[in-house]
Amino acid sequence: MVTLVLPRLVSFEGAGRRSASVVERNAASLRTAYWLVLISGFLEPVLYLFSIGVGVGALVGDLTLPDGRIIGYAAFVAPAMLASSAMTGALSETTFNFFGKMKFMKLYDGMLATPVRPIEIALGELAWAMIRGNLYAAAFLVVMVLMDLTTPSRALAAFAAAVLVGFAFGGAGMALSTYMRSWQDFDLIASAQFALFLFSGTFVPAQAYPSILRWLVEATPLYRSVDLIRAISIGGVGWVQAVDVVYLLAVFGIGLTIAGRRMEKLLCK
Amino acid sequence: MTWSVLEYHLVSYRRIWRSSVLSSFVLPLLTMLGFGVGVGAYVTGGVQGVPYLDWMVPGLIASTAMQVAIGDSSWPVFGGFEWQKIYFGQAAAPLRVADILDGHLLFVVFRTLTSCAAFLLIATAFGTMHSAWALATLPIAALVGLSVATPTFAYAAAVRSDSYLAILFRLGVIPMSLFSGVFFPVESLPAVFRWIAYALPLWHGVDLSRAATLGAAPSWSAAGHVVYLALWAGVGWLLALRRFRKRLVV
Amino acid sequence: MTLIHARGLVKRFEGFTAVDGIDVDVERGEAFGFLGPNGAGKSSTMRMIGCVSPPTGGVLRILDMDPLRDGPKIRARLGVCPQLDNLDLELTVRENLTTYARFFGIPRKVARRRADELLDFVQLTERADSKVEPLSGGMKRRLTIARALVNEPEIVLLDEPTTGLDPQARHLVWERLFRLKQQGVTLVLTTHYMDEAEQLCDRLVVMDGGKIVAEGSPRALIDEYSTREVVELRFNVESQDVFADKLAGVGERLEVLPDRILLYVADGDDAVAEVQRRALSPASVLVRRSSLEDVFLHLTGRTLVD
Repeated sequence: MVTLVLPRLVSFEGAGRRSASVVERNAASLRTAYWLVLISGFLEPVLYLFSIGVGVGALVGDLTLPDGRIIGYAAFVAPAMLASSAMTGALSETTFNFFGKMKFMKLYDGMLATPVRPIEIALGELAWAMIRGNLYAAAFLVVMVLMDLTTPSRALAAFAAAVLVGFAFGGAGMALSTYMRSWQDFDLIASAQFALFLFSGTFVPAQAYPSILRWLVEATPLYRSVDLIRAISIGGVGWVQAVDVVYLLAVFGIGLTIAGRRMEKLLCK
Repeated sequence: MTWSVLEYHLVSYRRIWRSSVLSSFVLPLLTMLGFGVGVGAYVTGGVQGVPYLDWMVPGLIASTAMQVAIGDSSWPVFGGFEWQKIYFGQAAAPLRVADILDGHLLFVVFRTLTSCAAFLLIATAFGTMHSAWALATLPIAALVGLSVATPTFAYAAAVRSDSYLAILFRLGVIPMSLFSGVFFPVESLPAVFRWIAYALPLWHGVDLSRAATLGAAPSWSAAGHVVYLALWAGVGWLLALRRFRKRLVV
Repeated sequence: MTLIHARGLVKRFEGFTAVDGIDVDVERGEAFGFLGPNGAGKSSTMRMIGCVSPPTGGVLRILDMDPLRDGPKIRARLGVCPQLDNLDLELTVRENLTTYARFFGIPRKVARRRADELLDFVQLTERADSKVEPLSGGMKRRLTIARALVNEPEIVLLDEPTTGLDPQARHLVWERLFRLKQQGVTLVLTTHYMDEAEQLCDRLVVMDGGKIVAEGSPRALIDEYSTREVVELRFNVESQDVFADKLAGVGERLEVLPDRILLYVADGDDAVAEVQRRALSPASVLVRRSSLEDVFLHLTGRTLVD
């Protein structure tokens, strides 16, 4: 919940303060209906966890991991649900909503007449997406601990990992949005997102895929996220997870850089 | 008159059908591959005597019918009143409110049927159909589509912000697809949730669909299922008509 | 003191030149106008002055700073009212002002007080807690103007402030802008309405095709490029052209429009008498004073609004 007080702490002059004012604008726009959407966003991974992890889990039984350990199916699926919900939360604010504000509501045209710069808008929107995504992640981890799918200390570490996943997808989502031409393009993002959700070692270990698909899958950001969070929540963190962290940091850095540059081009013609 | 409204929707659909193919057809296909095949390999014992994939696919067809039908009757109907305002244009022509409603509903049925037919073909190629009765999944899909489309029409015509449509998906569509016996039998749900699943339309469609593709008897009476789904469709239609009248006849 | 200084300012987009080398100086406290038809380059000029559009060429200094380097610093001291209202539809009327104030780093408490003062100034206090969507066009415009004033700007940029408003709403906006001018705020506005330019501007430039074709106070421009009075004649024929020859020599100059003929004269009544003496019988006769419309017509051979 650190993120909730962040806007108030950031009172220093310049870029940080101006990005925070963008976050404030989003907080002011919260209305009843939007609150419900926010809260229901938390429900989604929990519902999946119960349906797939518990319901289908009863059919699957226990799962033998590549390293020989045997764990319950729900414990296997839950970290993947956390990772994909961090992805979904970050992407929905930074793609669909971001695009609507930029192209449809012309919101940023008004902001740019003030001292706020394009990169500061990008940072502000990203911070907002992170606040939302991290609240989901924290709530989901509480559910995981209550269901005895992980321990409280592991959950804390997994929270940090989920924050990183959120930043990576937030940066990537914003960069993608600047290339979108119309709402129809978002069908593509949604489909890609769904494909990632299904094939990122989410429901079965990636080792079960044919080898070509497996290599492809292991290169995707969601697979790396699932790998990182799963290793933390069920144990067995090693060097591979360091690769995950570097990978996600790179996605975030590249995404944000592209987004800032492209926005400058799109808005300051 | 109803047909001219259907024609309008078909004509405007021609411009965007490509992008809708993706969401209404490719996504269920991916679910079948990623989930049915992937997870199915781990369900070693099968379900109720059949392989997991074969057991799940008919449920997925019914669930696709529901998702396409609700998708096509939520934002498009809301937009018809609030954004493009097509209904007001139609109401200015010599059409009755029922024509406007029925024409659009027929289009939703068309979309539901084409999506499910394509899916059925692929599922057949995967060898998951056990009986010629599988063809009956199409009329079942149409009925499932209508049973959810009519109440959704009423809802979309009643709400004043599109955020409520997102809420319908989060709190209605997604839970219904996850807990209506598509992925695992409802019998393993706690009693309260099982009864909620019985009360909602999707489970009835799933049970009928599954009986059709597996060539087995449904777990409830088939006629009972059909009547219950028709009841949803009928009550929804009355509610939708009332909402449409309220908005269009002022 | 010169607040805006441009020399040879150019803005080119792919394939066409929107602003083609203009020189402008705006002094503190004056109301300065860009008058011209759609597509003359007014909005592009305004966006460059607003530091959201980098110039392609020439010199531009705003508040003695470089828009490219000091964009945020300059924008902190500008108020911008764009051509199309881009108000935040997800916020209430008051929140539109308070959140906007935050973009300038104005403390919350000050922002709230300022919002109340401004709502009073643009006569929207009663609608403070309403959403933006249901407001009328005139109200939205006034709110956009209030938003442009939230940082107590030294220069207010108004891009076609009354386009699309009904006459009553226009007069209300003009009256508010006039009061700002009295308070010493520097106004820079674009318009394609000559009456708006005459009402509000101390000095203006006439733009056409990206270039400045004339500059001066409204009065000076009329004196220089037009006559004191104008006689408008309408004849009941398909083409007004046939009467052009017959009117030769009446007044200093003559313009033939599709639906009427304009005679530029020193004394309107004398000219009307001469028309009657030549036994020409127009269906209608109107004598009026010269306006900026006539200046524009003379300079470009076209009307401002068509």
